[in-house]
Amino acid sequence: MTTDTPLFALRNVSKVFPGVKALDDVQLELYSGQVTALVGENGAGKSTLVKTMTGIYQPEAGDIWFNGEVVSFPNPEAARQMGITAIHQETVLFDELSVAENIFVGSYPTKGWLKSIDWSTMNERARAILAEIEAPLSPTAPLKGLSIGQKHMVAIARALSVKARVVILDEPTAALSHHEIQELYEIIERLKANGTAILFITHKFDEIFAVADRYTVFRDGRYIGAGSIKEVTEPELVEMMVARSVKDTYPKVEAELGDTVFSVKSLSHPTEFDDISFDVRRGEILGLYGLVGAGRTEIMKAIIGLSPKASGQVFLDGQPIDIRSPAEAIHHGIVYVPEERQQQGVMLDLPIYQNISLPQLHRTSKAGFLRPSREYELTQDYAKRLNVKTSNWSEVVNNLSGGNQQKVVIAKWLATDPKVIILDEPTKGIDIGSKAAVHQFMSELVQQGLAVIMVSSELPEVMGMADRIIVMHEGLITQTLLRSEASAEGIVSAATGGQS
Amino acid sequence: MKFAMRIVEQRELLLATVILFMLVVIASINPGFVHPENLASVFNDTSILIILALGQMLVILTRCIDLSVAANVALTGMVVALINSVFPGVPIPLLLVLSLILGAGLGAINGAFVWLLSVPAIVVTLGTMSIYRGVIFLLSGGEWVNAHQMSPEFLALPRQVFLGLPVLSWIALVVMVAVYLLSRFRPFGRELYASGGNPHAAFYTGINVGLTQFKAFVISGALAGLCGYLWVSRYAVAYVEVANGFELQVVAACVIGGISIMGGVGSVGGVILGALFLGIINNSLSVVGVSQFWQLAISGSVILIAVIANSRSERRADRIILRKAIAADALQPNPGTAASR
Repeated sequence: MTTDTPLFALRNVSKVFPGVKALDDVQLELYSGQVTALVGENGAGKSTLVKTMTGIYQPEAGDIWFNGEVVSFPNPEAARQMGITAIHQETVLFDELSVAENIFVGSYPTKGWLKSIDWSTMNERARAILAEIEAPLSPTAPLKGLSIGQKHMVAIARALSVKARVVILDEPTAALSHHEIQELYEIIERLKANGTAILFITHKFDEIFAVADRYTVFRDGRYIGAGSIKEVTEPELVEMMVARSVKDTYPKVEAELGDTVFSVKSLSHPTEFDDISFDVRRGEILGLYGLVGAGRTEIMKAIIGLSPKASGQVFLDGQPIDIRSPAEAIHHGIVYVPEERQQQGVMLDLPIYQNISLPQLHRTSKAGFLRPSREYELTQDYAKRLNVKTSNWSEVVNNLSGGNQQKVVIAKWLATDPKVIILDEPTKGIDIGSKAAVHQFMSELVQQGLAVIMVSSELPEVMGMADRIIVMHEGLITQTLLRSEASAEGIVSAATGGQS
Repeated sequence: MKFAMRIVEQRELLLATVILFMLVVIASINPGFVHPENLASVFNDTSILIILALGQMLVILTRCIDLSVAANVALTGMVVALINSVFPGVPIPLLLVLSLILGAGLGAINGAFVWLLSVPAIVVTLGTMSIYRGVIFLLSGGEWVNAHQMSPEFLALPRQVFLGLPVLSWIALVVMVAVYLLSRFRPFGRELYASGGNPHAAFYTGINVGLTQFKAFVISGALAGLCGYLWVSRYAVAYVEVANGFELQVVAACVIGGISIMGGVGSVGGVILGALFLGIINNSLSVVGVSQFWQLAISGSVILIAVIANSRSERRADRIILRKAIAADALQPNPGTAASR
């Protein structure tokens, strides 16, 4: 299956934006029937590369080779005609249309001189494509009833409907459950068997070693290296990515454990979780591990009053408390840093200092009027501690990088002087450098006597940072482990419903 | 996003420049127009639009819209006119307070639907807009309340001159200062911007988004009620069709003034300039001998240009997906309030 000449290649390609060289003389080779993993930190130029490959951007220098010839993509349609398609993390599909309509959107089969849509042909062809990837979906089913994983299958079917030769998977597993990831892997295998060249972009190393045949590493818009996945190890890859050792990725510091500050007794929800009990001590990081859909976020939402709980009690410093809204949770000193930074965390249009004072407007005002000087003080105290990089606290958050936005969100919550901080997937989708900064900071928090509850789907993160690990499966706690007792196999087994 | 702030600031600067330019052109045709006395009368003429637009701004900041303001003006105006015609002895200050309370009540009805039932604001206020007009018909039986049925004090208040300006202008100035202080320096003002800018994040931050929207509707309604009295006494007549279609001018003043219809962006200065811009067009066209028809065409063109300017300033690389996501959220009413109940 392996051929010596690549099906698709970029040679010495550069792409310049005002002030930034997003791609600097980069190389990329994709081979028919092989998966090439593209590895790099945020800002390495991965998304620019994808846009260059799909005709959204045109390179300033260098050549695009396809099937042994130099080609150019003046627009996205040209790349699509050539059989180059990208499946993005947030796939653009239409909820109100059917599966088949989504697959053929933009190129519906037509009949007659009126060019009316040929429904039977369209559904028939959709059925054939779905059968090819063994997706158990009806062409006429409405898209809005499908799970995220099933929607991914539709997106893949759409890619195949145009006879894809090169498929770009841009962080496809970010929103998928364990089971759905396995299905995706199977689809990738089938694409490989058809001779498709695949570019696989991900932050997760286990996935790289599970599916990729080759790797290419970018750093700061430059090509660093490429090769066969069999001849490289994870530490070597990481070192190529960040050009520094990753020993400090999990800067776990044992903090002195204090009294139990927060506990939950028999918390239940009609559909999402049942009989959840745990407690956290001062200076402790409690890890909550589980697959997507295990009910972890729902528990946290119930705790801070975002969604109703059916039964159960919450205790703070031994006293039962009743939290009915996030405002009350903040008042009690329990804060929640949500998973979706941009949708749930920051006010993009407001300046940094206004973001940070937002949860405590009444504390920063006097006689009913806001005091900007007090808001600035608060911002200086906390944003500086988190090393938010900006020239001006009046800078609007939209102008900051993703990592800095996350720091603003965390600073906002720390400024409320909480007792318990809940971090939901605190390092989701951020690069290794920022990850280390967030982990470092978690260690500092517990040393200051805070209790941290960390919800995470990343096993290394949970094992690297948590003092105790609660493993959940389908709304139930299946295991509670001390850091010293934890093994990767045991945790995964408990999270997937097995007994260990 | 200093960039966007600059655009907002530039927007005010730009509007001020355009207004100055317009004045220069008009003055070259009819120098009398820019006489201070005439400019003061143009401001007085625009006062009601300014007051209503400032109330509307608070609502739009929360990602809602109040289309019922003009109907609110008409209904409140009719009620105070009827009271005045039947009980001429009721003191005017009491009527003023009554118009504020009644207007606030009508605003509260809108706000309650948005807050408690999560009905999209455009649907709610489209409905109440017709209902309020219908109520005027029921109260008045379709009859007009004319000047001779109103007491002299009732008619005099907005015209009374105080320190060189009519009371109507003074009321507009007070509302301008009050809304400025509210939006810039009160915690509630910050909550307005947060609720519209990102309702999800606002709710996670402990802000009751629905309640904030409700309060914005109440304030907008109260200001509309106040304008109800001002309108009816100024024009000395109350009938079903008072201020018919005026809500569009109010929304237009906001949009021209740089208020993002997506919520969370805008300033008092912009809205005042937006309203003055429309006021000057309304007042100057006949002075310079241009048909009233052009007034509509010019207002419409300016609104389109303003909207295009807004969307261009928001279009930044790599944020397009995010903007789309936010737009998609906006179509679902009040995520926060739904979850809170």
